[in-house]
Amino acid sequence: MTSSLLFNITTFAYLVSMLCFFAFVASRAKVLGTAGSAIAFGGLLLQTIAIGLRWKESYSLGIGHAPLSNLYESVVFFSWTIVLIYGLLDLKYRYRVIGAFVMPFALLGMAWAQLGLDSGIQPLVPALQSNWLLYHVITCFLGYAAFAVACGISIMYLIREIHERSTPANDQSIVATFPSGRVLDDLNYKSIMIGFPLLTLGIVTGAAWANYAWGTYWSWDPKETWSLIVWFIYAAFLHARITRGWAGRRAAWLSIVGFAATIFCYLGVNLLLSGLHSYGG
Amino acid sequence: MTINEQSGFQSLWDYFCSLKLTMFLLITLAIISIIGTVVPQGALPPEYLQTISQNKLKLYQALGFFDMYHSWWFILLLSLLSINLIACSIKRLPLIWKTITQPVVVMGAGHEKTLSNLTTIETRGDASTLRDRVAAILKAEFADPLITETDGAFHLFAQKTPWSRLAVYAVHLSVLVIFIGAIIGSLFGYKGFINIPEGESVGKVMSRSKNEIDLGFAVRCEKFSVAHYPNGAPKEFKSILTVLENGQPVQGYNRVPVIVNDPLTYKGITFYQSSYGKFGEHEFTISDPNGRNPQSLIIQSNGSAKLPDGSGICLQETTPDISRFMPGLSGPAAQVEVHLANGENKEFIVFANNPAMNRMNLPYTGGKLLQYRGGEEFMYTGLQVAKDPGVWVVWVGCLLMVVGIYAAFFMSHRRIWVRVENGTVTVGGNASKNQGGFQIFMERLVTKLKDQLSSEDNK
Ligand code: HEM
Repeated sequence: MTSSLLFNITTFAYLVSMLCFFAFVASRAKVLGTAGSAIAFGGLLLQTIAIGLRWKESYSLGIGHAPLSNLYESVVFFSWTIVLIYGLLDLKYRYRVIGAFVMPFALLGMAWAQLGLDSGIQPLVPALQSNWLLYHVITCFLGYAAFAVACGISIMYLIREIHERSTPANDQSIVATFPSGRVLDDLNYKSIMIGFPLLTLGIVTGAAWANYAWGTYWSWDPKETWSLIVWFIYAAFLHARITRGWAGRRAAWLSIVGFAATIFCYLGVNLLLSGLHSYGG
Repeated sequence: MTINEQSGFQSLWDYFCSLKLTMFLLITLAIISIIGTVVPQGALPPEYLQTISQNKLKLYQALGFFDMYHSWWFILLLSLLSINLIACSIKRLPLIWKTITQPVVVMGAGHEKTLSNLTTIETRGDASTLRDRVAAILKAEFADPLITETDGAFHLFAQKTPWSRLAVYAVHLSVLVIFIGAIIGSLFGYKGFINIPEGESVGKVMSRSKNEIDLGFAVRCEKFSVAHYPNGAPKEFKSILTVLENGQPVQGYNRVPVIVNDPLTYKGITFYQSSYGKFGEHEFTISDPNGRNPQSLIIQSNGSAKLPDGSGICLQETTPDISRFMPGLSGPAAQVEVHLANGENKEFIVFANNPAMNRMNLPYTGGKLLQYRGGEEFMYTGLQVAKDPGVWVVWVGCLLMVVGIYAAFFMSHRRIWVRVENGTVTVGGNASKNQGGFQIFMERLVTKLKDQLSSEDNK
């Protein structure tokens, strides 16, 4: 069994899980929602094993390092964290339908990694040979994943709102399976409450690493600046809740904009701008 | 002070206390920070200067776009953020402080209405017995209650983690602490760069602001080396450094290996492996094709020179023994690139012991014979040098921020009030965070109270 085969099966599992959730929204048959989340959990387990295997494989190649060192590995890890955070939310709150808006992100990541990115295991360049890499990448990506979940929930909120304005509520509408607007707003906040401390830790560990390796904790490199931009947006989100008039729809938009900035910080900076992080980690 | 001045001051104060300003500042900072990720910062690369017009260049310069994170308007925004933060804290902290230190210990009628978790339990028994039972249950399930007696009723008040209300202020303070650390670093620290050839020592650093700084000691580079992975990718850049005081090696700082991600710190100054290069002189001769009229030409490592016909020549790489790369040949060799008059560039190898092969390059060297004589070469190591006395303040700020955010989000100030009268027990409570979780807790507590109060009833 190779990690690469397992990653392929994981991708397939996420696809099936997503389709189950879509069918659940369309048909409102509870069993489909249960199947969707069960398959997502199965995929998560497989992916965990696959990541462990890949780690082991790198050691058999004599260049052992955690599988977090290039774009392929980070995209795979990002998918893993998204499903993990979704899974935790599912265990705690049991709003299955959220999977329909979160699993697409995980699937997109896995599909892109498996089909479009170079999956070879490469040796670590000197700049990345540090334990800080592990702390920094793990905290950042867990934070990003929580923002992905928040973004999915915000999209649900907006769909629900638009739908309710145009058609009177009834049991047959596609939003019938959605939690109420108030609950969605609260879940959005809860996800960001998970993501914001993690992003903060990610920025702090990044700064600590930069200081340790280069002697500057902050050099306004584009990646650093973009992570700060993301941080400002979610800080604004948190304060939005204290200010009247910014809850609900505006908060949902802020969360979506925040996630768009997150994705730019993660991919856009590497692909479009230049800087210290352009090797894709 | 006149009324007008006072209200002017008041409205300015309200402005700085407002969360609208906070939202504006956070979003504005997010948006304008983008500029510096698109426009290059610091030393401008020549390729960039070619792509933009003079007018644009002047405009950007005037606006400070090339060093925007130190521009007056960016600093102004950060200052406004700090003032906003301080003002908001001054306004709210006293109230929060009062909530913590002088809790409302009696649930009055008005207060009762504001509580979302409120239950009345009807039971038998006189107030003082009920009081003791409820107090015991509260102590076991939640926290030791404070008991007050008014108008024949007993009031029990219990709370958990009241100080978690301060967490938000710790987070806000941490932002200021980090700013202070950054200011200390920029006032009393510096960043610089040194190149040290193998075997030599350097005692002065060129800072980024182009000042020469005396280290007060010297650093010698004993050796620099690069290791490679089997596939040719670089694996490790290593300098062996020795710190010298008055020319003598310092104990514990003799021949210290410094690699990327593992710097050397001495007297608060840290040296980071950053780059490397070669340093040396190479001799060439230029003569007629048959070897007559030789003239010497000296080129520095990675340097360039002019050939007699005016074309430029760059020295790219040299080796004292070519046989490692081209078996069958021997002796020193140099790889050069010539910029021909027609604009073409031509790359070739010049040998020391092989005039026949050198003659093949005659078309590119203006009909003259170019030969390599050899040279001496040293590696040099490029070290980033930094001194930042504010960095500890920054880490303290970061720690405060992380702990503060955790406490602000995941710790909740929970309060429970109980009013015990003859035959009735009224329970109410609230929480500053996680109301859902608190509600479940309250439901369980009320069930337990009902059970225990009635079961003891029947004894
Ligand atoms: C312009 C400066 C700022 C002002 C005036 C401000 C003001 C406030 C106020 C009034 C609160 C509510 C406190 C309460 O509930 O009693 C708050 C909450 C908070 N602030 Fe700020 N803040 C500022 C900047 C920041 C920044 C830069 C951060 C970055 C981490 C931050 C993090 C937080 C957090 C985590 C909360 C708690 C939010 C929650 O509980 O949902 N604040 N802020």
